This record gives sequence, C-alpha cells and structure tokens, in this order.
Amino acid sequence: MIDHEKEGKRQDGISRRQFLKFCGIVAGALGLDATFGPKIFEAFAAGPRPSVLWLHFAECTGCTEAVLRTSSPGFADLIFDTISLDYHETLMAAAGDTVEQILASAAEQNKGQFFCVVEGAIPTAAGGAYGWIGGRTMLSIAQEICPKAKAIIAIGNCASYGGLPAAAPNPTGAAGVEDALGAALTVPVVNLPGCPPNPVNFVGVIANYLLQGTLPALDADGRPTFAYGKTVHSQCPFRENESRCLEDFGCKGKICGNNCPTIKFNDATSFPMQAGHPCIGCSEPNFWDTMTPFYQKP
Amino acid sequence: MSEQSENIIRTEMEKSPLPKGRDIIAPAAMLVALSACGGGSGSGSSAAGASSGTGATTTPTLPTPADGRITIDPVTRIEGHLRLETEIKNGQVASAWSSGMLFRGIETILKGRNPEDAWLFTQRLCGVCTYVHGEASVRCVENALGITVPSNARVVRNLLMGAQFLHDHIVHFYHLSALDWVDITSALQADPAATAALATSISPDAPAIDFAASKTRLQALVSSGQLGIFAGAYWPHEAYLLTPEENLLLAAHYLEALKLQAKAVRMHAIFGGKNPHVQSLRVGGVTCSYDIDAARISEFCAVLDEVRAFIDTVYLPDAVLVAQAYPEWAGLGATSNLLAYGEFPQTESEPASLYFPQGVIMNRGPVAALNPADIHEHVRHSWYEGEAALQPSSGVTAPMFTAHDTADRYSWLKAPRYQGEPVEVGPLARVMIAYGLNHPEIKAAVDGFLQEAGLELSQMYSTIGRIAARALETQVIAGAMGSWLNQLQPGGSVFQSWSMPASASGYGLNEAPRGAVGHWLQIQNGTIGNYQLVVPSTWNFGPRCSADKPGPVESALVGTPVVDTQRPVEILRTVHSFDPCIACAVHVIDPKQDKVYTVRAA
Repeated sequence: MIDHEKEGKRQDGISRRQFLKFCGIVAGALGLDATFGPKIFEAFAAGPRPSVLWLHFAECTGCTEAVLRTSSPGFADLIFDTISLDYHETLMAAAGDTVEQILASAAEQNKGQFFCVVEGAIPTAAGGAYGWIGGRTMLSIAQEICPKAKAIIAIGNCASYGGLPAAAPNPTGAAGVEDALGAALTVPVVNLPGCPPNPVNFVGVIANYLLQGTLPALDADGRPTFAYGKTVHSQCPFRENESRCLEDFGCKGKICGNNCPTIKFNDATSFPMQAGHPCIGCSEPNFWDTMTPFYQKP
Repeated sequence: MSEQSENIIRTEMEKSPLPKGRDIIAPAAMLVALSACGGGSGSGSSAAGASSGTGATTTPTLPTPADGRITIDPVTRIEGHLRLETEIKNGQVASAWSSGMLFRGIETILKGRNPEDAWLFTQRLCGVCTYVHGEASVRCVENALGITVPSNARVVRNLLMGAQFLHDHIVHFYHLSALDWVDITSALQADPAATAALATSISPDAPAIDFAASKTRLQALVSSGQLGIFAGAYWPHEAYLLTPEENLLLAAHYLEALKLQAKAVRMHAIFGGKNPHVQSLRVGGVTCSYDIDAARISEFCAVLDEVRAFIDTVYLPDAVLVAQAYPEWAGLGATSNLLAYGEFPQTESEPASLYFPQGVIMNRGPVAALNPADIHEHVRHSWYEGEAALQPSSGVTAPMFTAHDTADRYSWLKAPRYQGEPVEVGPLARVMIAYGLNHPEIKAAVDGFLQEAGLELSQMYSTIGRIAARALETQVIAGAMGSWLNQLQPGGSVFQSWSMPASASGYGLNEAPRGAVGHWLQIQNGTIGNYQLVVPSTWNFGPRCSADKPGPVESALVGTPVVDTQRPVEILRTVHSFDPCIACAVHVIDPKQDKVYTVRAA
C-alpha cells in the first residue's frame, strides 16, 4: 500500500482554517477546551486514514443521512481526509458480489484495526431470516465482520437497542448489536442512540479515539457520557419558560439523556423543543414502547 | 470469501434450483429459500454461512453465459435491500424480476397504538424520504377525524415537503445515480483549464470551481491506495461516454453537491427542528409557531436562494449534459402508464388546488382524472394467499410462501395495478401529467429542456426522461417555494383541535420524491385497528400481476443492452432512474411459525 501522502493531504481544497474550525466543534462536543482543537487536527492528519466498514441492517438509512449532513468541513472531507469508508452500500460505486468481496477482504486485511459502524437492528428471529444481503443473513454478516473490528460504533437507536423494528411485538426478533451478538463479542461497542443521532457525536467518538487512543467513557447503557451524560431537560433553554416548557404536553426531556439542546442539529439551526415539539426520548432503550403515548405526560 | 466472490455478478445458467410445488411454508422458509437460490447462482458460501442450517449445497456454475441470468445483490446506491434478477438474450435484457430483502413489520407494530403517535413511527419507514411518510400519516388521521388544518400549517408542510424534494433529488442525481454515467478514473486524465472552459460554456453563471484542486483531490485519494467508496467500480467501461473534462466537471459537482445538500436540509431544521426525521408535525397542524417569524423566514429564504442557484446553474445544466452525451438512453427504459396523486395544496380544496396535479396517463394518452376505485393490488405472483385483486382500503395481507419461482410467486411486494395495468409513479409521472394539463411552469421547463437536449416530447418516456423530469420538477418546486414562504402569517394559527373518535377510517395521499404514497387507516376503540400502505417502490418495483403483465421496472428493463455481463452498468442506469427506496416497499409480516425450514437447492 502506498504510504499516506502527507503533503497531498492539504492540497485538497479545504483550508487548514476550515479544518481547525471543525476540530474545535468536535472538541466542544467532547467537553475539551479549545486548545484541544489543534491536537484533534494533528490526530486526523497523521498516517493512513482509519478504515471504516459501515454495515446496513434493519434500518431506514436515516443515520447515514444524518452523517451525510456533517459540516465544517463536511462529509466529503470526512471520507477523503479523515477516514477510509471502505464499505457503505448507500454510497459505493460498485454493486453485487464485488461489494461483498470488498467487505470480506477489507475486514480481513484490517483485522483488529478497522472501525465497524452498524446502522440498523439485527433481525434474530428464525435464525436471522428476516434480513438478507448478497444471499446471507444480516445476523451471519454481523457475526463474521463485527468480531474482527477494533471497535464497533452502533449508530442510532436500532443498532444500539433494537429501535423501531424491536418495538412490541418485535415481529422479527430485532436486537441491537450487543444483544444480537451476545457474550461471544469481545470487541468494545459504543452506542450512539438517537433517531437519528447527532453526527457531531459520531465524529466526536472517532476524534476521541484518534486523539487519546481510547474509546470515550460510557454510561450504563453503553453511551458516551460526553454526549448522553446529562438529561435533555437540564440543558433545555425553555425549562424555566412557562409558556414554552413542554412537560405537560408529553416532553420526555427529564428522562432522556442527550446533548440536543446544546449541540443542536444541522449547523446548530434548531432542535425539537425549539420547533415546539416535545422530546420523544429517542436516545433511550426501547423508547418506542416506554415513551409512548408520546403526547402524554410521563 | 471464496473464489466465487471474485465475480462481479452472479450468473445463472439454470432457472431457480428451488423445489417447485405449492407447499405452503412459513415466510422464514422463503427467506432461506431465497438464499438457497442465491447459492445455486454463485453465493454458495453465503447460503452455507447461514448458521440456521440451510441445506444449500449446490456448487455454483460460473460464469460465462451470454444468454444466462444476471443477479445483482445487493443493488447499491439505493435506500434499502434490493435483489435484481435479469435474463439476457442476444446481449439484451429479455426479462427481469426484483425482490425486496428486508422485513421490519411496522404495520404489525402500529396495531393497538395511539393514532396520534403513528406519524412518528411511519416517518421512520424511510430516512431518505424522511418527512414524507410522517406527513402522509397526519393527513390520514386528519382525514379520519374530518378536520382541516389552518393555512399556516398547510404552508409549513408544503415548505417542508418542497425542501425534501430539493434535497432528495440533488442527492439522487449526484450521489446515487451519477456514477452510472460518470467515470471517476477518466476525470484524472482531464485538463483542468479545459474543464473550466467547458463549465463556463454550458453554464456561464455557475460559481467558479478550482478544477485543478478537484482533480488533485481525486488523484490523492487514488494514490493513497485507499479508494473507499470508489473501490470496485466498473470503470473503465465502454458504456461510459463522457470526455475526461466532462467527467471531471461532474466529479467536482459530486463534491460540491455533498456540501450543498448539508446546507439544504437547514430548511427542514428551521421549521422542523432537525433533519433527518423532522419533529414539528402534529395531527391537526404543526408545532413550530415560534419559528414563523421574520428572522426564520429570512433565514429559510437565504438557504432556498442558495439551493435554487445550484439547481439552476449546476444541476439542470448537468442533467442536460448527460442527456446530450447519452442520446441512446432517451430510447431505453420506457414505460407507458403514469399515475400521480398530486402534491402541494394551495388552498383547503384538494385535489383541485394541488400545485402538482393529480391524474393518470394510460398508454401515453391524454391525462384522465384519477379514480381511486380503479386501484387494485394483485398477489398472483406474490407470496400472499389468494388470487384476488383487492382495493387497498379492503386489503388483506396473508403471507404464504411457496417457492422462489419466477414463473410462479417470487416477491414480497404486491403488484398494484390501475385499471388492471402497471403504472409508473414518480417524477416522470408528475411532470408528464402536469405537462398534459398545461401546467405553465412545468410546460416551459420541459419544452426548454427538450429544445436544449435536442429531444422530442415522446422521448421523455425513457431513462433519460426520468432523470430530466426529476431535475425539471426540482427547478419548478424551488421557484414556487419563495411565494409559499410569503404566505406564512406570523402569529397566525398553526393547529386545529380535535378529539379522537372510538371508530373511524381515513386515507392520506401525497407524493414522495419517488412517487405516489397512500396510507389507509382504520381506528377501532380509539386506537389503530389496521394500517395499510401503498408506496412508490411497490408501484414501480412490484412483480407481475394476475394477467402476467410485468411491473413497471420489469418491463422498462426489457431491451436494455448489456455489453459486459460481468459489469452490467446499463441495468443499474434504469434501476437507479426510478430511485428505488425499498425500506418502505416491503411490508408485512407476522410469521406463522418462527422456524427455519431446510430447503435443498437442487
């Protein structure tokens, strides 16, 4: 493999200033002070891009779409300069058996070195028979690929805890990565629930790894505490505002951990309560069953 | 992975190796059987890999045949999990069959829940068509309740839907379909100065791009040896016809569009709280009353202006460039029947006030009024009980797998038909129906495109026509959204109150970027008794019907030339032109038995 062209790295159209700005945002999400921005920059700019294999299972592609929205510098910069997105069905040029071959060989060549991102729940009923890719069950693909990873990022509530397809009566036996693969899985898993989660938190996990060589501290539900350690309500700008607090309209902000009110979505444009809608608790396990009816006070 | 994997596609010498016969077995068994079928055609390792104990032991026969079958699984650059099978004769597609490969059972999950919550569930049918199934659901419940939402709510919904079209169509053109037409490796041979000159000649007002930097960037990716999403593509390939400069132009726009789309979704965030999966709808209206103010309207307007400039100066000229470079494709990929429910209500009166009109075109004739009673769903070639074709409102979903047999039953998608005929839904349907009704903006846009591309109106019925229609309606919607924005009334009502009846029924129709969406609901005891959906990719990707008439995509593929069966990019061109979105197309399933059957692939 050709050595990573460090000199070519910054000839690509994005300026050092833009990239530093991005690193500053990531540092903010991680709760680090601004001086860490340049350190994240250094971490991203060094060495071959870490391989990322992104698996799509029982999902709606909303988490992919969320990460596609990452900005400053943006998704193209992420996949050209930061990571090597070696498998991703929604975006790959190739099709059919070729992509399955790419998946198998990338997982083997980078064994113990790649990040495996899982989007979607894994159907486990009937031996995994409810979801197939390239003639194989999603369950068998997960069983083969996930254990070879350095770490697994379960993006979204479905990959973390089963999400929508696992809602009662869970007709397909859908489960999150850790539940579906069980004790046999020894690779660390970071859950990034949300429906979908904020892409800043996704990039934050990778930045944290590149910066410190470790995965972020996790809570009891396997979520990074930097993003999910405080309740939505405790960060909500409307919590003291009687005319705008939505608690009586079913808001689940007091029982849901996430940083939506501080990071916001889509270049900090808004978040659900700013749009006048109650929090639906989408980063908690089994929220489709435990948080419904959505419009009634919990 | 085994040596079979070195083949780009599986090629079948034989018809389905599965047992024929009509034994009724559980859905799970069908899925195993599909795997076994794949095993027979080249994925033996995968079928064996299913630890559930399939007995698929047939050694694959590979590759060769000029007159065999090509199976593409997975079809990439789409939403969802799609398997496509084609039969090739004399270098052309003779027959095609499609199958959806994932089941989530969302209708089953919805039963017994609060109808008011349904939209948050159904929006998650698809994260690419985010918003669309949420809106269809609130319309459906509102229809059952017999209420009309306030004008502000109607306008916000139109703006959110418009923004969804703009974003979705741009991403589809550049990131899901362009690589069928654009050769990234050829772009590395381009002269950046000549590319800049080309860019100016086809679109003088387009923002300047540093094509040398774009080329360097692509070259750096290739030189790194880490090709990422471009690994394993079909390039070079004789079916790719653009010059190196044209390839670099479109490759640079691929990158520009990635940036632009992230900005475009801010329109959703402004009135929807976030994207994907906006969170500002409610049965009865919208919740974003505080965002209907001068500052937010102006913020929305600024994003809309930037997106609109991109559509006018980059997207449209690029669509024309592809049409001019690939004239053969204005004669391939055709269907003849089109249907649209219509979209963007301008007043309380529907469908009369829909900006994109409702209607039907049969056999490329004049536009007729839509009669919902003429819609039936056939199951003769689907894995459901019975032979009868039923209306969606009285639909029955009783799964029954027999075998994966393309001569018999072979799909979990039902086959919707209008007056017994397959009909295409989506951009081409909307545009041709509007054109037929003399919609002023659509007519001007289509006539302008045809003149520039040197095509006749009849050539809109094609793969290129579908791609062009998508771009043209994007331009027309962007043009209309500014005036919709002006209709918002800060401080005005956004919500119509209601109370949930013990029993009622309703329907909600709208247009996803991919085509006509219908939700049907029965409320029982104040909860969801039954929820049925007929969605775009079921119309377009459904199987043959009782009369053995192929579905729209199945028939559109017939006649498609395939110069290299190992690299069938031509098939992908037409499949992608329909913008498949499979997550919502496959419904069901309440398995009768949670058990895996052993199916022998011999």
